[in-house]
Amino acid sequence: MTTTTLSAGPRPRFSLAARYGASMPQVVALFAVAIFLIAFLVVPIVRVFMVAFTHPEGGFTLVHFGDFFRTRLLREAFWNSLYVATMTVVLASLIAVPLATILSRFRFRGAALIHTLGVVPLVMPPFVGAVAMQLIYGRNGSINLLLMDWFGFRIPFMEGLNGVIFVEALHYFPFILLNLSASLSNIDSAMEESAQNLGAHGFTLFSRIVFPLALPGYIAGAALVFVKVFDDLATPLLLNVNNMLAPQAFLKITSVGITDPMGFVISVIMVICSVGGLALSGLLLRGRDFSTQQRGGGGLSQRELRRGGRIAATAFVIFAVALALSPHVGIFLLSIATVWSYAVLPDAFTLAHYQTIFREAGPLISNTVLYCGLAGLIDVILGATIAYIVLRTRLPGRRLVEQVAMSAVAIPGLVLGIGLLRTYYDVMLPFSGESLATFWGMLVIAYAVRRLPYAMSAATAALRQVHLSLEEAAESLGAGKFTTLTRVVVPLMTGGLLAGFVTSFATAAVELSATLMLVTRAGDAPLAYGIYVYMQSAAGRGPGAALGVVAVVVVAIATFVSYRIAEHERGLKSRVGALS
Amino acid sequence: MLATLTRRGALATAALVLVVGAAGGQGAENRLIIVTSFPKDLTAPYAKAFEKKYPGTKVEVQNRNTAAAVTFIRETKSNPPDIMWASAPDAFAVLKSDKLLQKYQPKAKGIAQKVGAYPVNDPDGFYVGFAASGYGIMYNTRYLKANRLAAPKEWGDLKKATYYRHVGISAPSRSGTTHLTVETILQGEGWDKGWATLLEIGGNLADVSDRSFGVPDAVNSGQYGVGIVIDFFGLSARASGFPVEFVYPSVTAIVPANIGIVANAKNRKVAEDFIEFLLSEEGQQILLDPKIQRLPVRLSTYKKAPAGYPNPFTDKRLKGIPFNSELSEGRYELLNSLFDRVITFRLKDLNAAWQAIHTAEAQLGPRGSAEAKRLIAQARTLATAVPVTEKEASDPTIAGAFRRLKKGEKVAGRQAEFESRWDATASKNYAEARALAEKALTAK
Repeated sequence: MTTTTLSAGPRPRFSLAARYGASMPQVVALFAVAIFLIAFLVVPIVRVFMVAFTHPEGGFTLVHFGDFFRTRLLREAFWNSLYVATMTVVLASLIAVPLATILSRFRFRGAALIHTLGVVPLVMPPFVGAVAMQLIYGRNGSINLLLMDWFGFRIPFMEGLNGVIFVEALHYFPFILLNLSASLSNIDSAMEESAQNLGAHGFTLFSRIVFPLALPGYIAGAALVFVKVFDDLATPLLLNVNNMLAPQAFLKITSVGITDPMGFVISVIMVICSVGGLALSGLLLRGRDFSTQQRGGGGLSQRELRRGGRIAATAFVIFAVALALSPHVGIFLLSIATVWSYAVLPDAFTLAHYQTIFREAGPLISNTVLYCGLAGLIDVILGATIAYIVLRTRLPGRRLVEQVAMSAVAIPGLVLGIGLLRTYYDVMLPFSGESLATFWGMLVIAYAVRRLPYAMSAATAALRQVHLSLEEAAESLGAGKFTTLTRVVVPLMTGGLLAGFVTSFATAAVELSATLMLVTRAGDAPLAYGIYVYMQSAAGRGPGAALGVVAVVVVAIATFVSYRIAEHERGLKSRVGALS
Repeated sequence: MLATLTRRGALATAALVLVVGAAGGQGAENRLIIVTSFPKDLTAPYAKAFEKKYPGTKVEVQNRNTAAAVTFIRETKSNPPDIMWASAPDAFAVLKSDKLLQKYQPKAKGIAQKVGAYPVNDPDGFYVGFAASGYGIMYNTRYLKANRLAAPKEWGDLKKATYYRHVGISAPSRSGTTHLTVETILQGEGWDKGWATLLEIGGNLADVSDRSFGVPDAVNSGQYGVGIVIDFFGLSARASGFPVEFVYPSVTAIVPANIGIVANAKNRKVAEDFIEFLLSEEGQQILLDPKIQRLPVRLSTYKKAPAGYPNPFTDKRLKGIPFNSELSEGRYELLNSLFDRVITFRLKDLNAAWQAIHTAEAQLGPRGSAEAKRLIAQARTLATAVPVTEKEASDPTIAGAFRRLKKGEKVAGRQAEFESRWDATASKNYAEARALAEKALTAK
């Protein structure tokens, strides 16, 4: 993109800047984002969703939506989804808020490691994660077998709606952890110091000063958890809970030969609810200012904990991490188990499964890193662009673009896969003559589209904390918009952008449904596909789990590296080091 | 602007992305593209043996679940894969009716015409059976021992109160083979009696899985003890070392697993070679692999099978009952939806109703008062009732509502309307049955 047309300074030189507070490159950027979304989200999805508005005998109709509300099962499913999403936010907050606070407010050894481990729950390899969860928490999982042995009772962790809430909270609390941590590290310590000078400390300080200032991050994370859980399919299916919206839609859409439009009707309703959820979370923050002027990314002062506090904090961190990683412990055990059936632990251990996958793991890993890395990158670019245009300009249509991007969270991967196939299968690539839809780049696009809401939320939260006056100051000192952006805004948003990248990357690494639709060559396949192929037979359980472990390790390494870089940058900016 | 916006965010991944080269690449000219729902354990030995026999040929296996496979073939008409290879007979029926398959008459000799009561090949020649499988009961021996349960042998055993919430099945709407089992029970016992059996077993279900492999998966892990599954799931799990056993009940559905050439396939010649290879002596023998364990359709292959290997051509249990495929086709989609309404989506209510009935029967025994007996009988009637009669199920104006309408076809309502009604009846019935059974307890 050229920068020659940049309008320097706030001079009302031409109407664009005056009317919409926008410069030409911003308009172009908005157009570029819109075109991307129209091409790879709106058009493919509308082509699939059309059937929801088509009468059985042809022609446009809304009768199916009437049917939705007339059907008791679906009304029930609607309320169940709403209930589960709300309660998951509560439970996930109970894990994530203390964890984020401890990690960012107090000096804690191995914070980067714990941050990394906090992301790992997002990586739930398809099928393997489900089997492992059942083996640990299921009706006859390790914990319940022990409970039965010792006390003669069971806890139904994995049954009914409460089971869904439990599993979803374990799975998605990192959304809150990541976004809240990013927000907390952006709070100016001067705020905290002023409050302390005025006599506030302890809980008052946290509840009156620190938490309210970190609200954008918390809300972004909580809204994501809500919307994601509302639309999540994997967990209800894993627990065989059917009376929720996502499984009802999925069961309709994926049954062979069924032409009932209700599956798509439900999907449309889920999209509307998700966008509504985002709009609501935006309203909660409207009219409030969360930005701090000084140094932005300096962060709260990190303090040493007293002995009692340290023990309590350590205990909580260990508890939370152990809980969050228990499924992954199960996956690991599964990967080194010979047979594990109706027993607390596997019968015997072996490394044979790793031997089985050794040869094929290489290309699967490199494909996963390539696809998900690119998708994460695209998401951060698009997410930050949308966030900037929404919060810093008054361009018409900017909210619509944001909402369209957000709606991707409610689109089932399968539907996006079908849509992309339908739209792009007959488009050929210029040199290889290969179809665009089955070109590996399309997987990158599918991942990017589906994970864009995560990165966008994170970027929006980060930008809310950057005070406009910092940009104005830079500009009045003679920096152009471009320099301001790259030297001031982006660096101040680093934490949020990183959180966005990590969430997009980590969740894309285990995306299966779109993958299954678009992969046409074993050589192009990512890890999720490799896992799927193994997990269809009893003998494949071990190798599948081994690949699952590989997926988790790949994401963990990527996350750890990201955090080390972020910590390094933070260390350069922060004055904490000098103080202590 | 866009490029620099993320310069710092990109740093995090740059290192990782740099390591990675470009993925993909073009294969050899003689590429056979197979879309399949079969696991790697089955596809890999075939691909390897075929490539060895036909040097210069590359077999490209695309694993997709059945629904995704059908959709993929539908969406890629302009340049389709060569072969569809899967179990589910319904998937092939759908592809055939959408004109997405092409005819092929295999040349191999010595292949059975019928397995059980079912023709091996599509009568119209659009797909070919290459193996057979029978439905039966798989159970986890550790689980049964720990819960002091006897090993089940017949479908009827699964009705017993002792198996309450110990049984699993996959939904017929999600698994074409389960569908055939349900249809076999309905045809064998008659509509009303068949549904009574299904609903009584339904009362004992711990789960109705949304995918076929979910059931053996859960039995292997010991989440529940007994699964209604297709034989190779049980046999191959046992061969892989899991503490499970598999039995065929005396009435079972035997169904072929199929392969078909996709319409407009690029490599028709290679596809034909592959089908012939599957049916050859060499190809059929691969089915005996402990990790595969499907029943060959070539009669002579059984001579090489290990002792105790099931043989549907000699074993009386696997003879099957006469199967009316016209009847089955006429109510195919309706049956799937009906099963989901009355069992899958109301499983908790059905469980509760049957638990109440079992409790009342156990506590009262034969000594119960006439009033109590009457109440229990009434509860049983409600908990085994299905909201559709056999005649309605085959009525095109009702069954048609569950299919894509043909031009000029008229139906009596939309699918959602029927489903809503059935759901209401089912949940009302189960609630009443439960109340009656509970009342019987106090009517001593």
